[in-house]
Amino acid sequence: MTDTSSAKVTASDNRPKGLSGLVEDWSSDQRAFKNVSWRKAMMWIFLLSDTFIFSIFLLSYMTARMSTKVGWPNASEVFSLHIGHTNFPLLLIAIMTFVLISSSGTMVLAVNYGYRKNRNLTAIMLLVTALLGATFVGMQIFEWTKLISEGVRPWGNPMGAPQFGGIFFMITGFHGTHVSIGVIFLLVMALKVWRGDYDKQTPGYFTSRKGEYECVEIMGLYWHFVDLVWVFIFAFFYLW
Amino acid sequence: MAEIENDSLPILPPAELEEVELYHATNFWTKYVFSQDAKIIAIQYSGVAIAVGLVALVLSSLIRLQLGFPEMFDFITPETYYQFVTMHGMIMVVYLLTALFLGGFGNYLIPLMIGARDMAFPYVNMLSFWIYFLAVLVLVASFFVPGGPTGAGWTLYPPQAILSGTPGGQGLGIILMLLSLALFIIGFTMGGLNYVVTVLQMRTRGMTMMRLPLTVWGIFTATVLALLAFPALLVATVMMLFDRLLETSFFMPSLVEFGDHLSYGGGSPILFQHLFWFFGHPEVYIVALPAFGIVSDLISTHARKNIFGYRMMVWAIVGIGALSFIVWAHHMYVSGMHPYFGFFFATTTLIIAVPTALKVYNWILTLWNGNIHLTTPMLFSLGFIVTFLNGGLTGLFLGNVIVDIPLSDTMFVVAHFHMVMGVAPILVIFGAIYHWYPKVAGRMLDERLGQIHFWVTFVGSYLIFFPMHYIGLVGVPRRYPELGDAAFIPDSVATLNSFISLAAFTVGIAQILFLYNLFRSLRKGQPSGHNPWRATTLEWQTAQTPPGHGNFGPELPLVYRWPYDYSVPGASEDFLAQNDPAQIAKGGSA
Ligand code: HEM
Ligand SMILES: [Cu+2]
Repeated sequence: MTDTSSAKVTASDNRPKGLSGLVEDWSSDQRAFKNVSWRKAMMWIFLLSDTFIFSIFLLSYMTARMSTKVGWPNASEVFSLHIGHTNFPLLLIAIMTFVLISSSGTMVLAVNYGYRKNRNLTAIMLLVTALLGATFVGMQIFEWTKLISEGVRPWGNPMGAPQFGGIFFMITGFHGTHVSIGVIFLLVMALKVWRGDYDKQTPGYFTSRKGEYECVEIMGLYWHFVDLVWVFIFAFFYLW
Repeated sequence: MAEIENDSLPILPPAELEEVELYHATNFWTKYVFSQDAKIIAIQYSGVAIAVGLVALVLSSLIRLQLGFPEMFDFITPETYYQFVTMHGMIMVVYLLTALFLGGFGNYLIPLMIGARDMAFPYVNMLSFWIYFLAVLVLVASFFVPGGPTGAGWTLYPPQAILSGTPGGQGLGIILMLLSLALFIIGFTMGGLNYVVTVLQMRTRGMTMMRLPLTVWGIFTATVLALLAFPALLVATVMMLFDRLLETSFFMPSLVEFGDHLSYGGGSPILFQHLFWFFGHPEVYIVALPAFGIVSDLISTHARKNIFGYRMMVWAIVGIGALSFIVWAHHMYVSGMHPYFGFFFATTTLIIAVPTALKVYNWILTLWNGNIHLTTPMLFSLGFIVTFLNGGLTGLFLGNVIVDIPLSDTMFVVAHFHMVMGVAPILVIFGAIYHWYPKVAGRMLDERLGQIHFWVTFVGSYLIFFPMHYIGLVGVPRRYPELGDAAFIPDSVATLNSFISLAAFTVGIAQILFLYNLFRSLRKGQPSGHNPWRATTLEWQTAQTPPGHGNFGPELPLVYRWPYDYSVPGASEDFLAQNDPAQIAKGGSA
């Protein structure tokens, strides 16, 4: 028996396209999303739910920022790096963002090599992605340490509105946790690819369904999502 | 005179997926404890939910003890009273109703009703239950920590929720409450993803979305709501934990407490209210929609009639679900908001009444001229319709800003939401248990005990909550352990309060009858056979009762029709199961 959850088993290909295709799919039996495997559907729905979490975090941040009586700390000063004798506003964060975006690039490569069943390159690309992710988290730790050493605390800070520290640590921390969890999963996945689990279709632990190279793509969905969320956090914290 | 919906396809499309490989348990532990079978998980969920629900029931009796007979019991202080009220409300809404409808009925019924062997991700499903269990343990633990559980009210409004004046506010109570909620949400998300994917992607051949039993529609839509509404609660709990533990001021304004100026300042308590009710209002429909779905199936089956307006019922469920996200601030009319917002939220609130009323009409039209069997499930369903209608009508009052302002925070609101989301869904749960118990246990529940249970519970609930409307209308506020000698409160209130309490104890005790029935029938109940109610849906067509591992025999059932072919003229058994390929004359009536 082959794996049922795989995308390989296809529905008939001569379905109508566009809107009428959508209606057709949803009024059909068996599957509403034709050719979408269970796990991919699950990841998309999870990401939708997670989107709500991050949106609500950011909305709360905006509310706090707009209703506070004390001025909000100036982003280009608070987040600047002092190197030599000059201040580089947003330098660190620019590097962090660059690193994270690059990791999305390597993730795409991993997915691509995965579908070509190139075990070694897939594993390497996953490792590189994990490494870039870990670098991001490392730089975030550095940033946190720097802010803490400058007196930023969850309950207050010398630069302005006391909510700044709490909101900043909470939201970047929540995002950093997402990245860290992603890094762990990337490492596990790299190991599995390297061992050839996806060629042998060894069942995954969480899903108890047969492993496939599609899992790399689903990991990629999560990773790109975390990346996209960062873009919003970046815009709202560092550019506003 | 059955109207026949004949959309049966003689030829089904080919299978898009090959057979699933099931996880096979090998020993006692993986079979019954860390089980990955949705049916076992359902029973685990239901068992824990009912157990913790009994705690909430006892708490409600303690609340009534105080309200009915104030100053008689020394062990109930204002502090303990608040703790009882808070834990009662939170347990009932989240840990009992949500868990039982989605984790319990969802797990059992979804795979069986759509013709699947199990949920999409059995392992994640198992984790879901164990995290829920952990959440319950953390919740229960808060009864035993110094200072006791939180007494902030089930709405947990800051700033009072984390101040020393509130029981558990400066102790561990509130922390455990928030942690437990966060765990619940994580656990639920794991289960919820499963339910949604399973309904969307695992239906058997011939099972289109528009042939799903309404039970599945209700649970499915409620799960979607939960996946989108719980994030707001999660964020609120995290932020409040920060306020409590790290002294951030997300929700905390500048405060003076007992003469001390606290270090908080600049936060917004209203923000919490928005977050809470953005979750809170969809939550009431997370509880109501599965009840709507289940009751539709019970009525149709026990009145031997097709459901009236199936498509309308489906769209009403979906429409109510969507609308429930834009009405939340009707809980905040007295919090102070721009009058135009009040106008907006009052309008959306009243619009929700339209699809809701539509459902009530359709239930009544389903019953109309039906061959009504007054079985216990049917009685509970009828009880639900009446009670829900009742609560919905008071909801219309409360939805109008100007009527709500004097009624807000009175016992009238308490009566309203108990009618609509307390008694009504509980009646459906009872009805559903009497209905599906034979499938789970292979034996019938005792019908006579069931009838007594119904009448005591139903009449008792009315005796409790009907007078409460009056008490609220004369202005008695909610969340007051004692009323004292306020001039505006007539003497009749005290008498009524004692009366209500006596009714409440009676109803509470009657539930022992139900539990007795539940356990006794496991052994002594009449064997039920596969399909005691002669119902059409797939769960009744399994080869084994209770259904074995993998639910169906070697072949998955094929579905040829919608689930409501009752009283079909010409059919040999007066109904046609969904997997019955029989052709019936189009548009015929008899
Ligand atoms: C036509 C339908 C409904 C309308 C117009 C309506 C309206 C309202 C309004 C305006 C309030 C706020 C009263 C106040 O605090 O002053 C309220 C409270 C409440 N409603 Fe409804 N409602 C409806 C249906 C429901 C349903 C179906 C449920 C649950 C299944 C429900 C559960 C609740 C709860 C739990 C509260 C009290 C929350 C609290 O303040 O502690 N309602 N309702
Ligand atoms: Cu509401």
